[in-house]
Amino acid sequence: MTANTDVLLEVEGLRKYFPIQKGFFKKTVAYIKAVDDVNLRVRRGEVLGVVGESGCGKTTLGRCLVRVYEPTGGEILLNTGDQVLPVTDLSGEQMRIFRRSVQMIFQDPYASLNPRMNVLETVGEPLKVNHIASGRELEDRVAKVIQQVGLRVEHLRRYPHSFSGGQRQRIGIARALVVEPKLIIADEPVSALDVSIQAQILNLLKDLQEQQNLTYIFVSHNMSVIRYISDRIAVMYAGKLVELGPKDELLARPKHPYTELLLAAVPRAVDRRRGHRNVMAGEPPDLARLPSGCVFRTRCKYAHDRCAEEEPQLRELESGHFVSCHFAEELSLGGVIPRVKSFPA
Amino acid sequence: MQNTNNVLVDVQDLKVQFNLHEGVVHALEGVSFQIQPGKTLGVIGESGSGKSVTAQAIMGIIPSPPGKVTGGRVLLNLPENDASVRVVNVTELPPSGAEIRNIRGKEVSMIFQEPMTSFSPVHTLGNQIMEALQIHYPDVSKQEARNRAIEMMRRVGIPRPEERIDAYPFQFSGGMRQRAMIAMALICRPRLVIADEPTTALDVTIEAQILELLKDLQAEFGMSIMYISHDLTVVGGVADEVMVMYLGLVMEHAATDELFDNPLHPYTEALWRSIPTIDGEMGRLTPIRGALPSPFAVHKGCPFYSRCEKRIQDVCDQSRPPMIEARPNHWVRCFLYTESK
Repeated sequence: MTANTDVLLEVEGLRKYFPIQKGFFKKTVAYIKAVDDVNLRVRRGEVLGVVGESGCGKTTLGRCLVRVYEPTGGEILLNTGDQVLPVTDLSGEQMRIFRRSVQMIFQDPYASLNPRMNVLETVGEPLKVNHIASGRELEDRVAKVIQQVGLRVEHLRRYPHSFSGGQRQRIGIARALVVEPKLIIADEPVSALDVSIQAQILNLLKDLQEQQNLTYIFVSHNMSVIRYISDRIAVMYAGKLVELGPKDELLARPKHPYTELLLAAVPRAVDRRRGHRNVMAGEPPDLARLPSGCVFRTRCKYAHDRCAEEEPQLRELESGHFVSCHFAEELSLGGVIPRVKSFPA
Repeated sequence: MQNTNNVLVDVQDLKVQFNLHEGVVHALEGVSFQIQPGKTLGVIGESGSGKSVTAQAIMGIIPSPPGKVTGGRVLLNLPENDASVRVVNVTELPPSGAEIRNIRGKEVSMIFQEPMTSFSPVHTLGNQIMEALQIHYPDVSKQEARNRAIEMMRRVGIPRPEERIDAYPFQFSGGMRQRAMIAMALICRPRLVIADEPTTALDVTIEAQILELLKDLQAEFGMSIMYISHDLTVVGGVADEVMVMYLGLVMEHAATDELFDNPLHPYTEALWRSIPTIDGEMGRLTPIRGALPSPFAVHKGCPFYSRCEKRIQDVCDQSRPPMIEARPNHWVRCFLYTESK
């Protein structure tokens, strides 16, 4: 990896298993495989969208990447430009560099801000605890970043309760940006906001990314939001990465049967003219009792005997388009055809 | 929508306010609409638009105090067996009286957003579905109620209903719980089902299953649906006509195709430009400027004035715009269209 400076983050064989414990002695009886053998490369300056349904492991993946969770196995390497950090095995000094390089934006702007800290304290805290700045310099840097996210200097002494949901999310973004990170993990950052506010925050994140050449891993269940913000899209199902590719390619020509059905399920205002939709039956499997072979085979209409016997590996089907399906070459799957008019007609 | 014959629900100039410690919230400021039998009315609105309060008013379950109906009527035209029509004004009925309780659950039922908190956790799902039936039809035997509950659970797509009827809510997944809630709402064959964000808590593939199920059940049972959501694309997919609400007022109301093809109100247009879609243009989203005003704010003029791109100063902020029929059967509350009338 060291040779390739285009790659900011490299994830290899990442696993996060949560034990299920039973009985008086808390004996481990099984594991929830929340993230299972995920391989991923994130390029400098790109937005990688990670999409999937509840329980697919997208949030756990994000938390492993910021070291909120200790991964069960696998390797994460972060190339800061000066050095390559082994994220799963950081020394004290490396941890300090890591904390400046990777930051997180959370879903709930009500729960993620301390109500007893004003904006200056909240946004300034990462500078303080990482010994980056203090006093006058800290205040200047906070004032600068608070204006970048569309708030005003007068807001610095106010407390979270006096802000709306959209403004609170701006505070959360400012707190992530203040240490000038290389990589930002955003976990459903617009899902809790009203529809009229979502676009403000999405545009802000997009502008900041372009101006500062930031790299985002943008986690969301909302395929439309992912389409708007991402350069590449990673689709997860039951802890596995099942498809990864450039946005337009993946949406127009999905290669994994799950992606096809996920795209077909996204509501569109034209649905009433499409008649009865082909909807996916069933529900995601129990993560403690995954089916043999391919995790998706129990809901897949294309499944064969081989899918139960052999687990498909993620492989590069076309340049930059990865898929884990035995029959990806043979299947002809339907994607999304963009409408021409801006209003649905 | 001024067609008066063949109407199931007739809401006329409904006003609801909440008297809170911090002040008075005018949740509904004169809402009027009708729902025809067998049709689906979609209601779009953000938080504070009054869409859920409208649903509560039809059910007669506005929490009081602090809530209070201060004006208007909610009329239900309920056909009787002898072909006459019984007209009930829900707003005049005592909220826990016999008459409204006989309507609630039987003639009008509701599907809520969060199926976990809407079921009792200590009773089996089967008992809760059967209870809905037995309250309104005391003659139905326990065995008969159980059979009908199993049949309805099968109809909404719950596998092995004869076993699952004895399960508790926590043993069901979110999607299955929502199916059970639909079974409970439909067991008495109501004339109107109010669905308040029924798929918002669900995954997108499960959401698609539930939406298709509701459409199929409507075709089979012929009930009207009032479908409430903040998601324009979901509402566009299920509704025959759509009503857009903002801060307690209906801003626009038209047939679904007409509303999406020719949105007239600046708020409706702005909403469309601000949401990312899976199949629309890839251009930059245009956010609606500003934020939702405080719920305690009193608006002399149009409530959308502070955020509107097309506002006319000294007109829109001076008096409330009237609801006018700007195109055939397309109603809009905006001064931009009053001149042409």
